[in-house]
Amino acid sequence: MSIWVNSDTKVVVQGLTGKEGRFHAEKCREYGTKIVAGVTPGKAGQDVDGVPVFNTVEDAVETTGANASLIFVPPPFAADAILEAADAGVEVIICITEGIPARDMIRVQRILQGLPTRLVGGNCPGIITPGECKLGIMPGHISIPGPIGVVSRSGTLTYEAIGQLTALGLGQSTCVGIGGDALPGTNFIDCLEAFAADYDTEGIVMIGEIGGNAEEEAAEFISQFVRKPVVSFIAGQTAPPGRRMGHAGAIISGGKGTAADKIAALEAAGIAVAKTPAEIGITMKRALENQSILD
Amino acid sequence: MKVHEYQAKEVLARYGVAVPRNKLVTEAGQARAAAEELGGRVVVKAQIHAGGRGKGGGVKLAANADEAVDLADEILGMTLVTKQTGPEGRLVRRVLIEEALPIERELYLGIVLDRSEGFPVMMASKFGGMEIEEVAEENPDAILKAHFDPDVGLHPYLARQLAFGLGLEGDAFKAGTKLMHALARAFGDTDASLFEINPLVTTTDGRVIALDAKASFDDSAMFRHKDIAEMRDLDEEEPLEVEASKFDLNYIKLDGNIGCMVNGAGLAMATMDIIKHCGGEPANFLDVGGDASQERVAAAFRILLSDSAVQGVLVNIFGGIVRCDMVARGVVAAAEEVKLSIPLVVRLEGTNVEEGRRVLAESDLAVIVGEGMADAAEKVVAAVGGAL
Repeated sequence: MSIWVNSDTKVVVQGLTGKEGRFHAEKCREYGTKIVAGVTPGKAGQDVDGVPVFNTVEDAVETTGANASLIFVPPPFAADAILEAADAGVEVIICITEGIPARDMIRVQRILQGLPTRLVGGNCPGIITPGECKLGIMPGHISIPGPIGVVSRSGTLTYEAIGQLTALGLGQSTCVGIGGDALPGTNFIDCLEAFAADYDTEGIVMIGEIGGNAEEEAAEFISQFVRKPVVSFIAGQTAPPGRRMGHAGAIISGGKGTAADKIAALEAAGIAVAKTPAEIGITMKRALENQSILD
Repeated sequence: MKVHEYQAKEVLARYGVAVPRNKLVTEAGQARAAAEELGGRVVVKAQIHAGGRGKGGGVKLAANADEAVDLADEILGMTLVTKQTGPEGRLVRRVLIEEALPIERELYLGIVLDRSEGFPVMMASKFGGMEIEEVAEENPDAILKAHFDPDVGLHPYLARQLAFGLGLEGDAFKAGTKLMHALARAFGDTDASLFEINPLVTTTDGRVIALDAKASFDDSAMFRHKDIAEMRDLDEEEPLEVEASKFDLNYIKLDGNIGCMVNGAGLAMATMDIIKHCGGEPANFLDVGGDASQERVAAAFRILLSDSAVQGVLVNIFGGIVRCDMVARGVVAAAEEVKLSIPLVVRLEGTNVEEGRRVLAESDLAVIVGEGMADAAEKVVAAVGGAL
């Protein structure tokens, strides 16, 4: 019914004793996510709303069997927190922290290469499998279970898309916010591959934005390997070149990474691209209808 | 974060990248001593954060110290217009006086982060002086590339490949590979996001020198580079953007008449897009952040309204975890606080949205409530007098 997280996911929150960590861990718990441990170096033995705190991720995993981590630690320490979780054998790591230096992410990505660890983020809203597990800062109530996989570089724009899908009765298998940084742990292709293999995902919404060429690479991948309908929206059609639009990765540089280029690549791969952000849901609905006519 | 050429050269020189001898001056009178010290024949270079300075008349050769003073006098205080500054140009506040070199060849050397590979890539080309994008377009094979791990540095064989590819020989080969290693080390150590040496020159006496230098650094890493962070020149930035950054607001000024205030960068871009789609022109990008508290919304209103071109405002908040009625109260209070007198369209979504819309409708302000993004965009475009 989902990718990467489900009702069996047991979560350790790194940075649970901080304001953000505590607030969002509580919201995840209210949603039904199994938050089993927290980690803050030097605070072992304490608890936060009944969740035990450990000094290290290794201790937390050993004691509680946590298999996923949610990271809220400040940017200077976030890369180290990711590596600590990976080293402790945590399978899925969701890093919410915004503002991790690119240099640190280069190192993280190099070390994670070849490990089975799935890192999502940094600077991301997290991942939700509706009705089962919410690992992140997104509002839970806008999602309902269903057949659509959602992957996005954005936060609130993803909520917008999820809201539209839900309003049309199109529930979601899993929604992944891969984040707005230049070097995300998980990219579009990782998600597309997982959604393509997920038996219960019938359609995929992919929300991109200016900067880099992840959308172009995804378009290529979809045309070769994805047989399920994919629809897309690209934010930043009116963004000026050379300016960073909020997200560290959202910048048109050297004339590359424009919305127009991305839309052209997606459309060339046969992907329906919503003309406006208000039409993401309806574009998915139509794509599913077209698919069922073909079937 | 961008820095000036003289600052980029200062940083690179610390790592052993060869740069011309130079002196920074802020008054024409200082140019004489500088030029005399550098051998008389010097280049006078305007220092602004934009490329194309040469063609704009901001880089000139002086045959002697007298000419250097005249040129410094001419360039200092001028409003330099280049293809990167826009028609309004930039005021020149500093010039760099630099020794003139016996140039033999002009090459290109740069480093950027290759997002697809997850590593920085050093790029070299024989076509110095040309923009790398142009070379990539016309003659992509002419760009030599070498990826490297900043934790390891550039492997010597990669530097050799690039140097042979550039046709460097003898002393210039040695100097060139040394410079490449220094540049790669500097890139990793300083958390740079871009270095561009265009041109990199070889001299008739076998030296390899960074004649020009452009550098940008990762904003997210400036906490560990206080010295570089101090190089930020607020004079080179849009005043409203500087003001916005004091409130941790992400604001970018554009040319339209519809001010936008949105939570989240992706949604903010998408809001600009839909305004344009409805025939309007966004006046800015503004990400007010996740919580959209009254304090931040008020600060955001002040920034938006300082742009005299703004004739209407669209607030688009997807409440998420924050309740819409709280956001609505904050927006109303902030609008009252700043005595908003132009049309305001507010679109709220998320928890307690009905309650939020009621708060807006019952306020003393003439708030136009938008239902959904398309409706809100249409309403704000109509409010400022229809499509342009």
